[in-house]
Amino acid sequence: MAKSDVKGRRKKRQGAGNDEIITLENVSKAYATGAPALNGVDLHIRKGEFVFIVGDSGSGKSTMIKLLLRELVPSEGEINVMGYDLVRIRHRKIPKFRRNLGIVFQDFRLLKDRNVYENVAFAQRIIQASNKEIKRNVPSILATVGLAGKYKAKPRQLSGGEQQRVAIARALVNRPSILLADEPTGNLDPKNSWEIMKLLEQINENGTTVLVVTHNREIVNAMQKRVVTMKKGVIVSDEEKGGYIDED
Amino acid sequence: MKINTFFYTIKQGFVNIFRNKWFSLASIATIGACLFLFGLFYSIIMNFQNIVKTAQQGVCVTVFFDEGISQERIEEIGVLIDKRTEVSKKEFISADEAWESFKEDYLQGYEDGFTENPIPNSANYVIYMNDVSMQPALVIYLEGIEGVREVNKSELVAVTLTGVNALIAYISVGIIVILLAVSIFLISNTVTIGIAVRKEEITIMKYIGATDFFVRSPFVIEGMMIGVIGALIPVGIIFVLYNKVIEYIMSEFSMLSKLLTFLPVEGVFNTLLPVSLIMGVGIGFLGSITTVRKHLRV
Repeated sequence: MAKSDVKGRRKKRQGAGNDEIITLENVSKAYATGAPALNGVDLHIRKGEFVFIVGDSGSGKSTMIKLLLRELVPSEGEINVMGYDLVRIRHRKIPKFRRNLGIVFQDFRLLKDRNVYENVAFAQRIIQASNKEIKRNVPSILATVGLAGKYKAKPRQLSGGEQQRVAIARALVNRPSILLADEPTGNLDPKNSWEIMKLLEQINENGTTVLVVTHNREIVNAMQKRVVTMKKGVIVSDEEKGGYIDED
Repeated sequence: MKINTFFYTIKQGFVNIFRNKWFSLASIATIGACLFLFGLFYSIIMNFQNIVKTAQQGVCVTVFFDEGISQERIEEIGVLIDKRTEVSKKEFISADEAWESFKEDYLQGYEDGFTENPIPNSANYVIYMNDVSMQPALVIYLEGIEGVREVNKSELVAVTLTGVNALIAYISVGIIVILLAVSIFLISNTVTIGIAVRKEEITIMKYIGATDFFVRSPFVIEGMMIGVIGALIPVGIIFVLYNKVIEYIMSEFSMLSKLLTFLPVEGVFNTLLPVSLIMGVGIGFLGSITTVRKHLRV
């Protein structure tokens, strides 16, 4: 895709108006050594979108996720997520910001010594939900991800796909505006990968903005969603109903 | 903080002790071993100090009066002595009482040749001190009082006891400082290793949106509880052993029983128990709070 096309598309998105939920303006991130991980990235995501971020290792995808989680601060540029200015946000406000963000990781990151119910309830404890709310919300979300019958199981007793469902339930139980999924199918077989992606699509249809970082070419090509392709720290392609672009 | 969150945090602190039982056991053992040594040395040092103090209390100064002094002047001298802060108590021994005591100590049935008191000027005050190191100053004062003929003192005993007392104080401070330093080093290492293992747990909590306080609280409660248990176990062991050891020493070394005066168990534990608890809780609190802080920057 020609560079001018990308620029034109970006302009169109910037003009999309007030329904933008994630905005990156000229964002760069340099580490102490080596080339910058992100270099002048502009990205605008509207409420309710389903977006794939694709790219090879070292393309800057992980750095972008860390910036969106406010684990890192950009060296340059502006990041706004759900109205939070992530460059200037105070340290004590970060937990409140993250509570509106559901996060799913490739390695699930469940609390291994707690069962399925406790893992999901933990996210509710953090927002100081009452015991009554927890007892109502946790079984309901576990039913949504198809794990109502396994609420007592410990993570080690579950398959990879089931563990990822628990992670998704934990990410969703506080009804976040955005779901960030970092390689959610990276540790799963094709069947489980598809099931997880269908679940994410269903979550998106219910109004949650979903951002998926992935390597999974087959899924990206099949789902026909917006695809942002990154290479060496810059966005090289941003297409509605796009596909996985092979590296030259 | 909502009340159910408060109770949840407390509960998690307790639950974590059982969840991480090997770490908890290692921490309790480390704190317990250090505080056991501390308690042991504290008990020994306190008893040494008590033995020296008892010996010091037996050290006295004797004041004799000028020949022909009036009873009125002797009483005035007594008032002057009572005003001195270094004096713990004084006893008046009349000339007759002094003679009786002399007969009992040295003559034992050979006093028949004496029809009168041969030491009519032997009336005296026996003065006991709060602190034997104050003896020289007291003696100088007493020698300056009008009507005082002679002041008898046991200088060697006073100097020796003062020296022993100072030595015990230096040794005890040294041992306690070394033990504390070793304890803090060992305990902080144990806590650091234990919490480093749980770094992932802390990171997950932070990603989900937990505040630093929410993450830290269960760890701090856990650390403090480990500190309490780690303090109570050694104090309990020392409590049980204390009387048994004293009974053993007194029975096996009965000839020392007049020299050795041990403190009652309450005398040691009234201080040792709260100090050990404060140290245990303090070490648990500081150890957990500082170590968790390292992992909170996510």
